[in-house]
Amino acid sequence: MAEARIPHPDLPPPVSIVGPIGWLRRNLFSSPLNILLTLLTLYLLVIAIPPLLRWTVLNATWSGDTRDACQANSGACWVFIRVHFDQFMYGFYPDAQRWRVDLTVLLLIVSAAPLFIRRVPNQIKLRLALGILACYPIIAFILLTGGFGLAVVETSQWGGLLLTLVIAGVGMTAALPLGVLLALGRRSQLPAIQTLCVTFIEFWRGVPLITVLFMSSVMLPLFLPADMSFDKLLRALIGVSLFQAAYMAEVVRGGLQAIPKGQFEAAAALGLGFWKMMGLIVLPQALKLVIPGIVNTFIALFKDTSLVLIIGLFDLLNMVHNATTNPAWLGFSTEGYVFAAAVYWLFCFGMSRYSQSLEKRLHTGHKR
Amino acid sequence: MNRIKTLTAVAAAAVLLTTAGAAYAGKALDAIKERGFIKCGVSDGLPGFSYADEKGNYNGIDVDVCRAVAAAVFGDAAKVKFTPLTAKERLTALQSGEIDVLSRNTTWTSSRDSAQGLNFTGVTYYDGQGFLVNKKLGVKSAKQLDGATVCVQAGTTTELNLSDYFRANKMKLTPISYDKSDESAKSLEAGRCDVLTSDQSQLYAQRIKLAKPGDYIVLPEVISKEPLGPVVRHGDDEWFDIVKWALFVMVNAEEMGITSKNVEEMKKSANPDIKRLLGVEGDKGKDFGLANDWMAVVIKQVGNYGEVFNRNVGAGSDLKIERGLNALWNQGGLQYAPPVR
Amino acid sequence: MTTDHVPAKPPFWNNPQIRAVAFQVVALIATVAFGLYIFTNTQANLQRLGIASGFDFLSSPAGFDIIQSLVPYSAASSYGQVFLVALFNTLLVSALGIILATLLGFGIGVARLSKNWLIARLALVYIETFRNIPLLLQIFFWYFAVLRAMPSPRQSLNLGDAAFLNIRGLYLPAPQFEAGFGWVLATLGIAAILTTLLVRWARQRQMVTGQQFPVVSAGLALLIGLPLVTFWLTGSPLHWQLPELQGFNFRGGWVIIPEMASLLLALTIYTAAFIAEIVRAGIQAVSHGQTEASFSLGINSGKTLRLIILPQALRVIIPPLTNQYLNLTKNSSLAAAIGYPDLVSSFAGTVLNQTGQAIECIVITMAVYLSISLLISLLMNLYNRRVALVER
Repeated sequence: MAEARIPHPDLPPPVSIVGPIGWLRRNLFSSPLNILLTLLTLYLLVIAIPPLLRWTVLNATWSGDTRDACQANSGACWVFIRVHFDQFMYGFYPDAQRWRVDLTVLLLIVSAAPLFIRRVPNQIKLRLALGILACYPIIAFILLTGGFGLAVVETSQWGGLLLTLVIAGVGMTAALPLGVLLALGRRSQLPAIQTLCVTFIEFWRGVPLITVLFMSSVMLPLFLPADMSFDKLLRALIGVSLFQAAYMAEVVRGGLQAIPKGQFEAAAALGLGFWKMMGLIVLPQALKLVIPGIVNTFIALFKDTSLVLIIGLFDLLNMVHNATTNPAWLGFSTEGYVFAAAVYWLFCFGMSRYSQSLEKRLHTGHKR
Repeated sequence: MNRIKTLTAVAAAAVLLTTAGAAYAGKALDAIKERGFIKCGVSDGLPGFSYADEKGNYNGIDVDVCRAVAAAVFGDAAKVKFTPLTAKERLTALQSGEIDVLSRNTTWTSSRDSAQGLNFTGVTYYDGQGFLVNKKLGVKSAKQLDGATVCVQAGTTTELNLSDYFRANKMKLTPISYDKSDESAKSLEAGRCDVLTSDQSQLYAQRIKLAKPGDYIVLPEVISKEPLGPVVRHGDDEWFDIVKWALFVMVNAEEMGITSKNVEEMKKSANPDIKRLLGVEGDKGKDFGLANDWMAVVIKQVGNYGEVFNRNVGAGSDLKIERGLNALWNQGGLQYAPPVR
Repeated sequence: MTTDHVPAKPPFWNNPQIRAVAFQVVALIATVAFGLYIFTNTQANLQRLGIASGFDFLSSPAGFDIIQSLVPYSAASSYGQVFLVALFNTLLVSALGIILATLLGFGIGVARLSKNWLIARLALVYIETFRNIPLLLQIFFWYFAVLRAMPSPRQSLNLGDAAFLNIRGLYLPAPQFEAGFGWVLATLGIAAILTTLLVRWARQRQMVTGQQFPVVSAGLALLIGLPLVTFWLTGSPLHWQLPELQGFNFRGGWVIIPEMASLLLALTIYTAAFIAEIVRAGIQAVSHGQTEASFSLGINSGKTLRLIILPQALRVIIPPLTNQYLNLTKNSSLAAAIGYPDLVSSFAGTVLNQTGQAIECIVITMAVYLSISLLISLLMNLYNRRVALVER
């Protein structure tokens, strides 16, 4: 009688390889050194996190209007932020006019929202983007500064996050095209243009931003005719934009260098002129390649807006810094700085995450 | 083709502008009148002298000087735009034309009057440098400060006097210089430095910004002369005269007993001095290229020197500084203005 | 017979060569005109305002003290010396920052790639936190929030009676060299020469025979042992001057002032986050095949990292790393915000204000930063050329 061979059913994989235990073994306790490191880190976390949690959340004061409300608790005094919140957002922008700031921001969010929805066709997105680029600055400018029946608000009254966003926004929209032009100039065959662009780029990349801001804020009139003058904010904007444009130029140059020569030659063979070749063939490819670099420059710009503090503009950081010297609210520097850090971090981290997803989405077919 | 044309045109325009720019040098007063407001540099937050409240409205003695100038030029004390400046920025900002007048507790010195191309128009406040210390330190005199860490504002005459004083008394000095007066005060409070040095008036102003003003005392020594006043640039005498006289008018008004309250009644006064000052008689006001009654407008909108002093730094304020050197000359002080004649 | 169609001669402005020349001439003229415009305006303004110009002020006495100077300086010194003091302070904080940020950055970059999940996550959190917060904010945080919480001099944290930590800074013992310490230094020099010779000999021997010599341990023994022996023989010619509380402050010893400490902390932590990402990218750029090949040749993992991976990764790492070094140097100018006497704060700030010669001071300051930038790029380019891939 033939004995049927019944294969023994598969044993389950050993617990030490799969499941949570396996994961732990693989990732945390794979070698004596790793065990040591893991334990050390765990110990550090155990001593660091509870006090941090107690300070920020558990023992913190959230409600109240004066500093006395915070006396009872040993943790952070978030009342300080609550009381100053409007100042941190709008600066000295008159109370009655703050709806204009809100409207400006809302307008941007609503009009730009379709750009971030994947299902909207690219054609429409492009037109919308160009439309926003053309109209939005004008609308925002009128809304924020006034005129056309709106009360005039001097730029010296702008402040807080509003000012930070204005500087960052203007800086970004100005730095990118300028940077592209400079990069093209640097790659140009014409020696004079190339030298000019190289000098310009290297100069701006070589000096610290605060000397540039100092120059633009207090020395500029020395270089201009006696009666010529610009708004202080405008000058800071020009300084920031030129500075970042030089960095942008180097990023874009990296992209240009990565485009194979065949692309240029093919475009030339089709009879395209310089601007058409660049605009239709080279730049779209080059810019796509350097999206991470561009976004990094944007992030750097966003963080650099905080330097306007040194020339006396009241951006978010300066408003916070100023509030910590308010005699009625002394001793809350940490809360102030933590709040400001959180706001900056949100914007910068958001940008970097968006760039990563964009990079993934735009990776069209060249992946090997 | 078109592009080249445009570029050539731009280049030509640039060349033209160059020559035009060099040839043009306008009068400050005309430029200001055309602009419609005065650009005034003030300090970045010093109670009593210039201080922006939470709404961004400026108050203080230095601020009022600028308001007086605006009242003189435009008949409206509100036509000023204030620019808060750190000690480091202030002179450059004035030299470059970023502001028309600097009224920011700036000390009148010879080098500022000469090599730096500036003109001091008068003295709003006679001051001297002093020291603010924590009572706990147990220091009674500045001579006991050997080895102390001293907070000072960068780029001021105070910084120089401080070094001179410690050198002259053979004491060891560790200075920390901050850009902003707020940071110095904060550092004193935190204990980063033992002593805060500045003009005495500023010390009083800084003290009320501390959490516990009562814990700090101003030492008796006054180690320097610090005449503080408004500053303008060299080269525009008309403007210089107006800023100078805006202050003199306020001092003269106090001397004659004219206040912002009684200026209208005083116009009926029989005293020819008062009549001239208020523009009722003669045309002294017109000599400045302004409205004839500009002095009356200044008094009405800003007040006389005594009022300004009192409401900003004197008995009517939190600072409660004595008039002292800043009393009128006929009351034992130094404030003295030339006559309107 | 038809004549060949002769194409119309294109107008001269369509000739690329003529166009190129015209473009450049126009650009040059515009630049020169712009420069001239600025120059004449400035001249006219300076003259109109009667502001002094020229560099004579550099030799006049400064009259103010500076909290930290590496070269002898007193209030009687000249503005020129202020410049030197400020320059050295900038260089000091930049150099220390570069060293510390590199160490920390490499550590975190490697940790980011660690197989240990916890460590890798922590490194990621570190990077994402610190590189997304403005540096100025971080400086403020360290200076105004953390270092301000230190105790007063009388309640200093006592670190073994030798070092003291308080709100005025970290006070460390200062070495006092006595006569005879020269011998120690001389032996150190000799040891260094011997080590170099040893390394050369060992390399040659390895080339010829394939045998390895424990160069590292032998070299260290030479470098440390020889000076130690001389130190003992000459009777320990070194004493430590301990800081002591006298009056208001500690005196004697070395002090790291909180202004410098917070600047250094912030610069290091901020830049290290960027360096870590650069290091990670660099190591990941080396294909895994290299590691496998190395292992299959029987090279152990330490040597694989040192001899195979790092040299290749460095090629990718060096250029962006140079940029970070430059950024750190330029970012050190934020010292002005917390009163550390660097170039921007002391020279472009205080001196500018005391003399009123804004243009001269700013020009000098910018020139210094530009030269530092160009110099670092130059050095790094030279190094880069050495490690660059030799392509055939």
